[in-house]
Amino acid sequence: MSITIDKPGMLTSLQDLGRFSYQQFGVIASGAMDPFAHTAANLLVGNPANEATLEATLLGPRLTFEAETYIAVGGADLTPSLNGKPIQNWRTYKINPNDVLEFGKCRWGCRAYIAVAGGFDTEPVMGSKSTYLRAGIGGHQGRALKEGDRLKTGSFTSTFKPVSLKWLMSRGLRTVYENMGRIRAVKGRHFDYFTSESQNAFFEKEFTITTKSDRMGYRAEGTTLQLERKEEILSEPVLFGTVQVPAEGNPIILMADRQTTGGYPKIAQTAFVDLPKLAQAKPGDKVVFQEISEEEAQINYIIQKIQLNYLQTGIRLKNREG
Amino acid sequence: MFQDIKYLSFGEAGILLEFGSVMDKEINLQIHKTAKWLNDHPFDGFIETVPAYTTLTVLYDPMKFIHFKKSAFELAVEQIRNKLESMPDENSSVGRTIEIPVCYGGDFGPDLENVASINGISPQEVISIHTEKTYYVYMLGFAPGFPFLGGMAKEIAAPRLSSPRLSIPKGSVGIAGEQTGIYPIETPGGWQLIGRTPTKLFTPDQDHPVLLQAGDQVKFYQITPEEYHAWEAEHEHHD
Repeated sequence: MSITIDKPGMLTSLQDLGRFSYQQFGVIASGAMDPFAHTAANLLVGNPANEATLEATLLGPRLTFEAETYIAVGGADLTPSLNGKPIQNWRTYKINPNDVLEFGKCRWGCRAYIAVAGGFDTEPVMGSKSTYLRAGIGGHQGRALKEGDRLKTGSFTSTFKPVSLKWLMSRGLRTVYENMGRIRAVKGRHFDYFTSESQNAFFEKEFTITTKSDRMGYRAEGTTLQLERKEEILSEPVLFGTVQVPAEGNPIILMADRQTTGGYPKIAQTAFVDLPKLAQAKPGDKVVFQEISEEEAQINYIIQKIQLNYLQTGIRLKNREG
Repeated sequence: MFQDIKYLSFGEAGILLEFGSVMDKEINLQIHKTAKWLNDHPFDGFIETVPAYTTLTVLYDPMKFIHFKKSAFELAVEQIRNKLESMPDENSSVGRTIEIPVCYGGDFGPDLENVASINGISPQEVISIHTEKTYYVYMLGFAPGFPFLGGMAKEIAAPRLSSPRLSIPKGSVGIAGEQTGIYPIETPGGWQLIGRTPTKLFTPDQDHPVLLQAGDQVKFYQITPEEYHAWEAEHEHHD
């Protein structure tokens, strides 16, 4: 079956959890900016976590479905509606032929994820369905969606039959979005290179996400961060959430479409569990970084993965009841 | 040798292996040898390696290392140490030498004259110096297949452009400081462009998507605009 894109929205692209094994060749990882919302939406329609979803940005698309299926939307609240009737995020909906999914104004967050049962039938490039916009590979023809595009969905067998479509993913699972302005982070490899004033300011003062922010990285502004040691740093790998500081002193938080390597000093590494908050932040939003230990960051990561595994098991069990 | 490696936690799912702190070909070769060994002999939970000048980052899945006493990081480090103990001791040598045709100057290299005048030499001298040396690929990064090359002569060094170009054609060969490199895809960038190669450095549809590999050596040779277009036309034909 296929889905027709009546309106593409501001920036809608196919993303999964990223392209790995090729970073050694300089191929960026890409993937969903909010891996939590992406994963939850997939699980709600019976897909594996790594299946591709549509990532919509601020202004969502308008889609028409050719045939019966199930969908779920996670992440930003872009006022989704099905055939003109409002629907909720974090919930599974049955789709009938010619149903229209549409989005309105952005009520909360920045990026919404639309998962379809069976996923999207697009050829993975280097092991991933994520769209790498700059290199023009992956996803749907290597680009953001355009009006008139038709996306084929994966073979959706009747194995997934939600018994109760009234079930909403519990609030407890959505605590990732509490304290939106508090971003936990671990000291970076070059933290000691900064002056003690800048070290203190980084973990105490407020930073504003600027308009120079996209899938590649967010430029933040606040206290200008200064180096004590002005040593040349040889390029080395960077990760999703690495905070690096170029000479002018404003931190850049690297996001999903980050380059594989960087040569700026790394002041911090954002906790993985707080990346969804950043993915849902908009230019003008303010954040304060809060220091946590490497161990705590890793334990939080493991707990979140276990919670998502529980969600997956829970959905499977519920759907077996009927 | 391996007693000298520092294992540092990097994010929740990464370990940064620090082999040294200054650019050194021997250290870099050791990094690529280690990366290859880990790729060829992965441990359970291994995801990938990302080699750089003096570091090797290993990404892993912490969910494979859940233990009530030890952290996932500690357990993954143990795995890497174990793997490295069985790595053969022989010295690693440089990889292949790959020759890259470049059409210098004109529209292909709009900054060639600039690089020449900065250094007080003629454009032709820039070309002879650039084609004379053999370069070593320390790492790939910045863009898919983009080589960080070491070994350029100081006589043709040139600073980055004060304002980066919004779009640089793929295949462009540039100079930034004492580095030279090739842009495999069209991208914004601030390097001074001295020429362009018709050779494809990034082929995403292939199993092995990049031409150059870290540890390889590169040599440039000059071609004419006619040869450039003929090369391109021939390649189109084979597509």
